[in-house]
Amino acid sequence: MKRLLKGGRVVDPANGRDGVFDVLIDGDRIVRVGRDLPVEADVMVVEVPSGLVVCPGLIDMHVHLREPGQEHKETIATGTAAAVAGGFTAVACMPNTHPVNDNAGVTEYILKKAAEANLARVYPIGAVSRGQDGEQLADIAELRQAGCVALSDDGRPVATALLMRRALEYAGMFKMPVIEHCEDPSLKAGGVAHEGYHASTLGLHGIPGEAESIMALRDISLAELTGGCVHVAHMSARQTLDAVRYGKTRGVRVTCEVTPHHVVLTDEMLVLPIPYDTNVKMNPPLRASEDRDAMLAGLADGSVDVIATDHAPHHYDEKHVEFDRAPFGITGLETAVSLCLDRLVHAGVISLARLIELLSVNPAKILGVAGGSLAAGAPADVTILAPDLAVTVSVARMRSKAKNTPFDGWQLRGGVAATIVGGRVVYEGVGSLLQFLPPAL
Amino acid sequence: MKKDLLGIAELSSEEIYLILDTAEAMREIGQRPIKKVPTLRGKTVVNLFFEPSTRTRTSFEIAEKRLSADTLSIAVAASSVLKGETLVDTAMNIEAMSPDMIVVRHAASGACHLLSRICRSRIINAGDGMHEHPTQALLDAFTIREHKKRIDGLKVAIVGDLLHSRVLRSNVLLLTKLGAEVWVSGPRTLVPAGMERFGVRVSTSVEEAVADADVIMMLRIQQERMQGAFIPSLREYFTVFGMTAERVARAKPDAIIMHPGPMNRGVEIASEVADGPYSVILEQVANGVAVRMAVLYLLAGGPEGE
Repeated sequence: MKRLLKGGRVVDPANGRDGVFDVLIDGDRIVRVGRDLPVEADVMVVEVPSGLVVCPGLIDMHVHLREPGQEHKETIATGTAAAVAGGFTAVACMPNTHPVNDNAGVTEYILKKAAEANLARVYPIGAVSRGQDGEQLADIAELRQAGCVALSDDGRPVATALLMRRALEYAGMFKMPVIEHCEDPSLKAGGVAHEGYHASTLGLHGIPGEAESIMALRDISLAELTGGCVHVAHMSARQTLDAVRYGKTRGVRVTCEVTPHHVVLTDEMLVLPIPYDTNVKMNPPLRASEDRDAMLAGLADGSVDVIATDHAPHHYDEKHVEFDRAPFGITGLETAVSLCLDRLVHAGVISLARLIELLSVNPAKILGVAGGSLAAGAPADVTILAPDLAVTVSVARMRSKAKNTPFDGWQLRGGVAATIVGGRVVYEGVGSLLQFLPPAL
Repeated sequence: MKKDLLGIAELSSEEIYLILDTAEAMREIGQRPIKKVPTLRGKTVVNLFFEPSTRTRTSFEIAEKRLSADTLSIAVAASSVLKGETLVDTAMNIEAMSPDMIVVRHAASGACHLLSRICRSRIINAGDGMHEHPTQALLDAFTIREHKKRIDGLKVAIVGDLLHSRVLRSNVLLLTKLGAEVWVSGPRTLVPAGMERFGVRVSTSVEEAVADADVIMMLRIQQERMQGAFIPSLREYFTVFGMTAERVARAKPDAIIMHPGPMNRGVEIASEVADGPYSVILEQVANGVAVRMAVLYLLAGGPEGE
């Protein structure tokens, strides 16, 4: 049976659309997008309330689902439930699980769990090095065959320049980007926060922005040498953005992502409102306002390619300790859309179309996966946004197993009305804006 | 006074003066033949030390006993942390026995803030990581005021490992709050990021920092700083930053020399300076008891708490 999403504002930058269009879905595919499509006999019509936005399904290319091995933090089922509640129809999950996703067995396990959960699509990211220990390459062809779409040693950088060179050369054969956690470990030393005034007042060891940019420059140079694709993960420092711009002007195949928290928060959060709040401890750390402003400029001028959450769930017990001892990371899947709509779109930093590019079009392109487009024949992965919905962030209502976010209680403008994966409504938003959407859609 | 003493950052200059004035009265108790008053009788104070300490712990214990508090000291060895009990659980177990105050020393910055959020007992910070050591700064201020009759307008030079020092942070906060002109000096590798924003003058020339100073305050250099490549050697450190009689001569003729201890003779300070006539290092130790008595007394409620 066919279904027609009628009368919504469609924002589909991949096809140059931003206006009122109808979207015709047949089973799990998009059949046609156009103005005032005819309603044939076998079509069920779903009127989209005015004010809502129909866009290609959002893709979070940087999440930690923690399964296998750390199911006390998150599982693939709870992580994908959080994803669809946050408007994401697909996520790419990092390989730093236990065991590490460095072989087909782990990849297949992840995909099996994702199929059982049957919510968001899950694209596994394989390890660059066996065990992520920076010595030997993982079996990359085998990982590709099993379903991995990219490679990363995330949580740490690819250990040596030589290994990175080989990884870029080898992964290039399989059209896989290498996603790099840019960090010079010696400069990071024992750092737990951005090196600056606020960390100094609290007596916390600092990590300078250069720990990130130095590694980014290494990797951009190696991408130029090899012709490989490098994607800079969770960029935080203004020097790193300059490095990426430098690479792009030279024609290097380099892309980059920022997280919502790095464009919304600064290292002042270490002190206020709660001093030493472990929910503002992440790696890379929240940076200075100059860095945050640089990231905003990069989003606006096109230098930044992707917004990804680096969703990093941790158990309450692990975060309820001294700042130095707490693990790095915060959750992000269920707050990203509201933060981006409120702080980027409504604040006038970027347009809604640009946001969709950052959250859907570009991640699909970089990972080489379906999605990012509402073209005829594309999978019916659709996110319906409610840009003016008043949202109060509440950890109590979150689907994620973990509650480690600094945004609890924040009041934001903009949320998710519905998430549709392969033609199935997998999430309907608070307040049931689309209560008349048949669940069978 | 607030519930806890977490740092100088949370104190107003009025509160600092109240503590210093109260300490004057407390010192008199220590000069009596019977050095004990019943002020904190029936109150329980736990000294919870996660880091080894001789001077600070002894000082707190004596202060507590002089005020007649029931007091006990727990040295939590690193091994019990390795056994898996968290700081929060250790504190909650002590809290369950209803102490009135917990004096905490811990290697992690912010440990006292964490306990402050979960404990009903009053928390006194006896040094947390590289963050603050408020009672040290208070006893330093007490000692300075005793010699100089004021703090406002004095030039104070603080020399040494600025980066890792909680004594530095507390002293900078306190002295700038009370109007002193603070200079800090140390190797560029041991200056915290954003130090200028603390409202101090930063110089890598110890000669410039101590010139015409009223007070010279030394900070300890730890042996292991060579491993982090912060300094080439202790010998070279002494050559460039060590407090010698020659350098002291650049300060005001009546300048005083301070050190929070424990001292490394021949590393940050020459013995002739440490033991010289301008050294007030042992007075600092003596004053520590009076200042800690004042803090304990005021946190217990001051005159109303009796």
